Amino acid sequence: MATLEIRDLHVTVDTGGAHDGSDGPKEILKGVDLVIRPGETHAIMGPNGSGKSTLAYSIAGHPKYTVTRGSVTLDGADVLAMKVDERARAGLFLAMQYPVEVPGVSVSNFLRTAKTAIDGEAPKLRTWVKDVNTAMAAMKMDPAFATRSVNEGFSGGEKKRHEILQLELLDPQVAVLDETDSGLDIDALRVVSDGVNRFKANGDRGVLLITHYTRILRYITPDFVHVFVDGRIAEEGGPELADRLEAEGYDRFTTTTV
Amino acid sequence: MVTVTESPGVVGAVETSDKVASHLHAVASFDLADHPMPHGREEVWRFTPLKRLRGALDDTPTHDDESGPAATYEVRAGDEVLLGTLAPGEEPRGRGLVPGDRAAAVASKNTEKALHVKVPADTLVAEPVHIIVQGGAGKRSNAHHVLEVGTHASVTFVVEHRGSGVHAGNVEVIVGDGANVSVVSLQDWDDDAVHVGQHEATIGRAASYRHVSISFGGDVVRLTSNVRYDGPGGQAEMLGLYFADAGQHLEHRLFVDHNEPKTRSNVDYKGALQGAGAHSVWVGDVLIRKVAEGIDTYESNRNLVLTDGCRADSIPNLEIETGEIVGAGHASTTGRFDDQQLFYLQSRGIHEDDARRLVVHGFFNDIIRKIGIPQIEEKLLATVEAELEKTV
Ligand SMILES: Nc1ncnc2c1ncn2[C@@H]1O[C@H](COP(=O)(O)OP(=O)(O)OP(=O)(O)O)[C@@H](O)[C@H]1O
Ligand SMILES: [Mg+2]
Repeated sequence: MATLEIRDLHVTVDTGGAHDGSDGPKEILKGVDLVIRPGETHAIMGPNGSGKSTLAYSIAGHPKYTVTRGSVTLDGADVLAMKVDERARAGLFLAMQYPVEVPGVSVSNFLRTAKTAIDGEAPKLRTWVKDVNTAMAAMKMDPAFATRSVNEGFSGGEKKRHEILQLELLDPQVAVLDETDSGLDIDALRVVSDGVNRFKANGDRGVLLITHYTRILRYITPDFVHVFVDGRIAEEGGPELADRLEAEGYDRFTTTTV
Repeated sequence: MVTVTESPGVVGAVETSDKVASHLHAVASFDLADHPMPHGREEVWRFTPLKRLRGALDDTPTHDDESGPAATYEVRAGDEVLLGTLAPGEEPRGRGLVPGDRAAAVASKNTEKALHVKVPADTLVAEPVHIIVQGGAGKRSNAHHVLEVGTHASVTFVVEHRGSGVHAGNVEVIVGDGANVSVVSLQDWDDDAVHVGQHEATIGRAASYRHVSISFGGDVVRLTSNVRYDGPGGQAEMLGLYFADAGQHLEHRLFVDHNEPKTRSNVDYKGALQGAGAHSVWVGDVLIRKVAEGIDTYESNRNLVLTDGCRADSIPNLEIETGEIVGAGHASTTGRFDDQQLFYLQSRGIHEDDARRLVVHGFFNDIIRKIGIPQIEEKLLATVEAELEKTV
């Protein structure tokens, strides 16, 4: 059971220096407030470039982003003071919009190493093999994926299923899912949603689901929907807000932008 | 900092005489006068730190004296393998290797009795033939090994270099028609050793040859690995793996001479570098002669730079004298350690040093698997692990 609390979060990204005409750090998140309590599912919707992935990466601790103000805590513990791997071991998980390929590292080796790190001890071999096989079958992933290199040559949808496979096996306290539904076919959307719902059924798990589409919200029911515009949350509501966004778009929040 | 060169296609044929070898290669000769002492600006020597060679290019006999031999050579082989020695010019010595540079020339000239390991025709040798070269500290040794494999025979040689000193050593491989030969050369020297030399194979008709060069130890290692074909249809696989630490110079030069039609070659070298002054050099020369129609070649060198202060030189050269070929290409990349991969692994709870280890093991994984000799694989995994202990 853990509450993720984000207060007044400001984040900049280093744009690469002045030589290319840019002017150093650029502020992307401009004061994000969000609390995810145990058992709650929050959806975040918002236009391209509004900073949703930046929020997800900042929670996970990606080195590209710098927090300039605000706080992130998990059950009161200072997440921002933790290294990337410490955050994961504290109970945070990020399903990435663009999962990274790691050549030469097999999926099975990767999963076992991650599980060992999260649990602080190696999983019992026999149950682990069974757990992995069951989880892969549930994600409709061919067992042959276990011997392939992590994400290498995976199709877009396969990468997303692999992310949710990890979610189920690592069973964190709070999961941030960054556009896990993008690029999935109709059957895969179902498979992935079922995976997230099984994870939620483990009890008191928090979910922050970033998406552009209401389709996935028919499978994974959010308790709250947030509209994310220009680096902050512009409006909050219940599931009905998603339908309204689908019908109306973001126009009324982005009157000044192109 | 990533550079990529890739040219999978075929460049137009160049009209040249069949006698012209690649411009990078001096004419091969046993005569030391044809290989003057380099001053460092020569194309083939410009990367090598000549001052650190500690006399490896001097025309010096092996320093055997009352304190012991300059180097010991232990051969572990079954009864089906014949052992002997060969004087300079004694058949088949010189059939497979003619010195292409001064290092090989001094090694050859100063080796009166070359070790001759012969595998008779049609013999399938199950266990690897193991040659252990142990160099003595502060001593100069010269060596020339002739590995002769008869037609349709099959064998793996492992030449393991250990210890210290200055070693000029050649390995000459004669691969009979239809034979299947692997030569693994392990440079597992102490930190202060210097090793120069030439490995060269002549590959019989429809034979298959694999050369694996693995360099971890030594202060300076400069090895030239060449192949040439003695009939159509032969194939060569040239694999390499190296790990350069602070101050270490590891240089691998390759020359594949497609002098026969329908021959194939595949060169694949991977290296990691860490620590100030770590320097690797890879030069891959492939010559496709006018007669070499229907050949297929690919060469690749990939370097993984783990820390600041390292330098990886990587130069593929492809010279094509006929367009009537199946394929010719090369790739060369030198990349920094990928922070995205590190982040991904760490975001799954994996500690930073374990994540680093996974990525580096992953980088070498395909090469280690290609080597396909279980004992070597285990040793390599352990050695990569030990090298990584130095950084993390
Ligand atoms: N290195 C950088 N230099 C300049 N701008 C950057 C850099 N990295 C990110 N940004 C900008 O930060 C903004 C937020 O990006 P982010 O990926 O968080 O958006 P998003 O809401 O996830 O968008 P999408 O819906 O397309 O995934 C974008 O405008 C992006 O261009
Ligand atoms: Mg995004």
